[in-house]
Amino acid sequence: MTPELTDAQLVAQCRSGDGQAWAELVERFSRYVYAIATQVFRLSEHDAEDVFQEVFTRTYQHLDRLRDDAAIRPWLAQLTRNLCLDRIRETSRTQPTDQELDPGRMDETLEQLDDALSVQDALARLGEPCSELLDRFFARDESYRTIGHDLALPAGTIASRLSRCLIKLRGQLEGRNSDASASGVR
Amino acid sequence: MSDVTWSEERIAALLSRFPPAPQGWVEAAAALPRLRTVLDDLVARAEADAAIRASLIADLETALAGSGIEPTPRAVAELRSRLEA
Repeated sequence: MTPELTDAQLVAQCRSGDGQAWAELVERFSRYVYAIATQVFRLSEHDAEDVFQEVFTRTYQHLDRLRDDAAIRPWLAQLTRNLCLDRIRETSRTQPTDQELDPGRMDETLEQLDDALSVQDALARLGEPCSELLDRFFARDESYRTIGHDLALPAGTIASRLSRCLIKLRGQLEGRNSDASASGVR
Repeated sequence: MSDVTWSEERIAALLSRFPPAPQGWVEAAAALPRLRTVLDDLVARAEADAAIRASLIADLETALAGSGIEPTPRAVAELRSRLEA
């Protein structure tokens, strides 16, 4: 998880046929697409998998239609949203449900996922060991015991390192926010 | 990004909203360029020779596996659709 390229640079490399860049693009946005399908639209695993593969298939096929390479993130979000809605419409025709989509809740969750993606970007820039530690504990839901066993560290050490790494990550995010507001970019 | 004040609690909550997608899904999506190349090759061979086309259609899974592609339902369906187009 070390993004050396900006989103725009990554898209440009994918368009030139670089398979490694494509794998990096999938890795960079896979959690985002997955989270939209399962947390915003609450698709089943089966439907979420179909949407996930369709999103990346269409992205791969239509990358040249992207007007602004830096806009890959909102483009992917929109594509995922549209495909999830298509899937829900198809499913509701064959299996009617009383579950209603709440636009207010969906917008709120999408906003949180945008923030989560920004945190993931910052986490990748943080480097090891903090990025691995924080990812394993919070995102992968691994216990102190599991992480400690794998890294040959006592559970208490894991706890204190997690705390220090969170503070470091916060600094990374706040530093980037200052840069962004100064330059007027994301 | 929304206008947020970062705190350790908020960062931790956002991290936990981002579990990894299943590994197999990510690997399949990452393999799309290779899948595309293999499908293009198989379709070209089928177009050039009716006997090859017939044998490919008769056993799509083996054709894909023989080219180093996991014959997932999606890959099989795509090959079938391209051969029948």
